[in-house]
Amino acid sequence: MKTEITLDGKKIQALIGKPLIDVASDHGVYIPSLCYMRGKPCLGTCRVCSVRVNGHVMASCTVPVYEGMEVEVDTPDLVDMRKALVEFLFVEGNHNCPSCEKSGRCELQAVGYETGMMVSRFPYRFPVRTRDHASKYIWLERDRCIFCQRCVEFIRDEETGQKIFSIDKRSTHASIEIDVKLADKMTPKQVKRAADICPVGCIIDKDLGFNKPIGERKYEIKSIKERILKGKTNE
Amino acid sequence: MSNVLKDEIASHELPATPMDPAIMAKREEKIQVAMIGLCGCWGCTLSFLDMDAGLLSLLDKINISRASITDIKRIPKRCAIGFVEGGVANDENIETLEHFRENCDILISVGACAVWGGVPAMRNDVELEACFKEAYIDSPTAVPGIKPVIPFHEDLPLITSKVYPCHEVVKMDYFLPGCPPEGEAIFKVLDDLVNGREIDLPTSINRYD
Repeated sequence: MKTEITLDGKKIQALIGKPLIDVASDHGVYIPSLCYMRGKPCLGTCRVCSVRVNGHVMASCTVPVYEGMEVEVDTPDLVDMRKALVEFLFVEGNHNCPSCEKSGRCELQAVGYETGMMVSRFPYRFPVRTRDHASKYIWLERDRCIFCQRCVEFIRDEETGQKIFSIDKRSTHASIEIDVKLADKMTPKQVKRAADICPVGCIIDKDLGFNKPIGERKYEIKSIKERILKGKTNE
Repeated sequence: MSNVLKDEIASHELPATPMDPAIMAKREEKIQVAMIGLCGCWGCTLSFLDMDAGLLSLLDKINISRASITDIKRIPKRCAIGFVEGGVANDENIETLEHFRENCDILISVGACAVWGGVPAMRNDVELEACFKEAYIDSPTAVPGIKPVIPFHEDLPLITSKVYPCHEVVKMDYFLPGCPPEGEAIFKVLDDLVNGREIDLPTSINRYD
């Protein structure tokens, strides 16, 4: 059933229960996100898609459309808030684009460009997190993880449905972990998917490396904004 | 530097042949622009040169004072615009950066190193002692049979324990990320400033790598 909602002052018709972030992109309003994948259950972890609904700031991927919704996306304070959230992610880990294999196809980087980030307003933390290369096919660069939990929820052992990735501990001690036994059973297709859905360069396909020249990489061919507005996910 | 010996002369203090007064007078009226590299690879300076013909179109409005093109160490005269490449990794970098801050109206961080530390900042998750050990004591390229030495002399800059972005040392006015940023991006920033516009770098030429 459809209902009328207000999106940045414009009245639009939207399906009740549909995630707000999808409705916005269907109406040409791009809301950046790093954990949400269209068609998949929402995770609500990154908060980068924050908008204001009836006066309250909330992550638009977690909000289903309901009657009488008044949504603000493009106000200076919200634009700056989303940018701050992205800047925060850049200082929380070590996001060294010049030395990262994911550069050019990294969602965090692409969203950084879309939010107009030039520098982070927060002090860079340079955390020390050990890398994990025990798995046969996957290299885990822990200091790039933004804890979106995409891999945790959407990459599972094909036989048992068990989780392959998990998050250990909490807060500043949190770290992404990999079940090496299960990871070694992953098919090449699954490995590729795990690396692809990782919005940063944390899950790296050991066989890939720097495989595409600058100028021909994913988000250089088409920006993340264009992709999302066309209803495409990163799969 | 504070520990420079008395009989040493820095290159900017060397006597120089005076320029033609007419040319000098014209230069005085122009917008003074300077650029310096701190702890970086000078790749951003190459991007500065990559402005190519774009730079020519600005030359009747700007004068490039301290830059790789002129090869003087200090700013001879107050500048309107200063570009800084590289992060802060030693005490000489701090001194140079402060000199630029004192002598430039607008100071811009250019490139990943200036903006957040960049590749040199990869040593930030290791103690300085371990860095020196790896570089000089346990170095795989150490000459066999020769006692390894960590260089230390009053003429050598002291290495800071961490690499810092420029804005953690002095106030920076604008930031231009990239490793290096395209010449086109530097030109856009310079052109905006010279023509009195607010800096507006389009998403399409903003790069972090």
